[in-house]
Amino acid sequence: MEGRVAYENDLNLKATELRLGLPGTHEEQQAVSSRVGNNKRPNDESDDQNETAPPPKAQIVGWPPIRSYRKNNYQPKKTESDGGGIYIKLSMDGAPYLRKIDLKVYSGYPELLKAVENMFKFNIGEYSEREGYKGSDYAPTYEDKDGDWMLVGDVPWGMFITSCKRLRIMKGSEARGLGCGV
Amino acid sequence: MESFELKRSKDSVNSDQSAHWSSFPDEVLERVLSRLKSHRDRSSASLVCKDWYHAERWSRTNVFIGNCYSVSQEIVVRRFSRIRSVTLKGKPRFSDFNLVPENWGANIHAWLVVFAAKYPFLEELRLKRMAINDQSLEFLAVSFPNFKALSLLSCDGFSTNGLAAIATHCKNLTELDIQENDIDDIGGSWLSCFPESFTSLEVLNFANLTSDINFDALEKLVGRCKSMRVLKLNRSVSLEQLQRLLVNAPRLAELGTGSFSQELIVREYEELESALSNCKNMHTLSGLWDAKGIYLPALYPACTHLTFLNLSYAALQSLELAKLLPHRRRLKHLWVLDTVEDKGLEAVGLNCPLLEELRVFPADPFDDEIVHGVTDAGFVAVSFGCPRLHYVLYFCRQMTNAAVATIVQNCPDFTHFRLCIMNPGQPDHLTNEPMDEAFGAVVKTCTKLQRLSVSGRLTDRTFEYIGRYAKNLETLSVAFAGSSDWGMQCVLGGCPKLRKLEIRDCPFGNAALLSGLEKYESMRSLWMSACNVTMNGCRLLAREMPRLNIEVMKEDGSDDSQADKVYVYRSIAGPRRDAPRSVLTL
Repeated sequence: MEGRVAYENDLNLKATELRLGLPGTHEEQQAVSSRVGNNKRPNDESDDQNETAPPPKAQIVGWPPIRSYRKNNYQPKKTESDGGGIYIKLSMDGAPYLRKIDLKVYSGYPELLKAVENMFKFNIGEYSEREGYKGSDYAPTYEDKDGDWMLVGDVPWGMFITSCKRLRIMKGSEARGLGCGV
Repeated sequence: MESFELKRSKDSVNSDQSAHWSSFPDEVLERVLSRLKSHRDRSSASLVCKDWYHAERWSRTNVFIGNCYSVSQEIVVRRFSRIRSVTLKGKPRFSDFNLVPENWGANIHAWLVVFAAKYPFLEELRLKRMAINDQSLEFLAVSFPNFKALSLLSCDGFSTNGLAAIATHCKNLTELDIQENDIDDIGGSWLSCFPESFTSLEVLNFANLTSDINFDALEKLVGRCKSMRVLKLNRSVSLEQLQRLLVNAPRLAELGTGSFSQELIVREYEELESALSNCKNMHTLSGLWDAKGIYLPALYPACTHLTFLNLSYAALQSLELAKLLPHRRRLKHLWVLDTVEDKGLEAVGLNCPLLEELRVFPADPFDDEIVHGVTDAGFVAVSFGCPRLHYVLYFCRQMTNAAVATIVQNCPDFTHFRLCIMNPGQPDHLTNEPMDEAFGAVVKTCTKLQRLSVSGRLTDRTFEYIGRYAKNLETLSVAFAGSSDWGMQCVLGGCPKLRKLEIRDCPFGNAALLSGLEKYESMRSLWMSACNVTMNGCRLLAREMPRLNIEVMKEDGSDDSQADKVYVYRSIAGPRRDAPRSVLTL
């Protein structure tokens, strides 16, 4: 929920840029405006524009009234769960039950697809922009924020993990229809 | 120090009556008065008559100076000749939040030089918000052969080299308490400066230091100081090292652990648990950096008599706190991070009926987008379960007037009520009204209230309530509040016991400042920053009240006529001579 950039609303050219990087690196790191005083916090907060949040406030010196030793000493381990995981349902046509996976643990499509293949014991085939997933009866798809079913792999990884609501491995004729000039 | 002025007038009045009073031989009077421990009692006693004044000053061994600039070293040593213990406080409290320029003053050195001459048998020095450098620490270490206890709280200017000097030279040291200072931590070798023959240490607190310490030296030190009762480690000490220390110090009454999250195998975990459970005297526990719920059960056996639990460095979740608390029904003081959320505070309300003090610190105070933390609900839950609650420090992101009214109805005995709604000027989140009625309820219901910090959107109404009802209020902190001069005038006109008033970012101007003319001499100090006070207003105050020191600190690039930061305090020492150029004394 935190730090989402409104890709779907803006003509955000940066969003369609293909980039390498770990999940979450798409977050813009804007400098907090007019940070006055020697605030010793090690990392700046990212002040993303959010549909509901007001514009970023200027950091007020000495507010909230926390002593600097306390600011320096407490360093939350943000690598732990809670705000980190992006858990989505993964279904496979014909499988008796669904799985849940954390998109954040994968660094890109190859890793994700490999994990999915291992989970359901099948082969996905090779991705190409023109023809979708060739050489297999299966196509990995996902439901995006708008409720549309999209082929996995078309958009940059970072954009994918924020817009993906659930994953579905389509099988058979339905799968073959995808990615062919649609 | 209020007694000085009054003493001069009393002398003439009491000279006839002194014959009546001095039927006690001086020695008896001194003996009796030496039993008085409280500074206020001693001040009162010294005002009775000349004989009592002298008997008191000869029998006093402990002097407390709440503002180091309110009196001069010469006056202190002239009045008291037998001092063994000195407590000195320096900078205004807002220096903790970077509002005071760095070189403002409050340097201890001049005091040490005078003490070395007049109190060579000085044993204890307790400093708060003073500037102290390594040379001063070294001077201290070599000048007082009987020196026993050093406590530095919120001080700055020194490094671990200074601590090394103390360790090297103070042969009789019983207490070294280094808390929350801005210290230049060069490394942990200072611990090895305690000589092999040194065994007297009872209190050692270096939790504030960040670098690795010489563990070998620490282990040997703890091993040979058999009377150690307070040990507060820093984060660099691991669980395994903690266990080794505890084996040698089972009589500890207060323990501050180091980092509480090492990977332990079963045997190591059991050894830790066993070492902790041997500490049958432990009543205070702190530290617990990085503590994970999984290791907290190791603490359970040690904590049966725990009265103070400081979890403010351990980002516990609500469930972890809820599991920890049922074993701790005797808790009187609890400090936590707001990661425990309202559910965690519900557990507090259910399990800690004897709770007297609660402090909830924010884990992420600067992140506006955080939706976690604690709210009005958590505070209300605690109040229902803890009727004895009288001290609270609560950082939250939302509060309601109704909640506060309920809270003080459940806990009418508040002496310290410090509520910080972190978004400045935020109204009641349900009704969107100002938070006036909340603080109105506090001052009306809690007649014993001594200290109050207000926050949220507040109009002058809040200050009308405070002035009218807060008869025992001594300290008031105000930020981003009020509508006009009238608010501050209400406080200065009411609140008979007001001693410290600190205000920032409020629409109070000269009229408000000047309405307190008579009041400031009965107060320790006034701080006003980012208000509407001008240089002319300050000059007028300085002219009318020559026995007040008026200091103005200007911000870079601000209007010449504005008095950005004003610090007013009474003093019998006159204007200070060590102010830096950025501080104007009027």
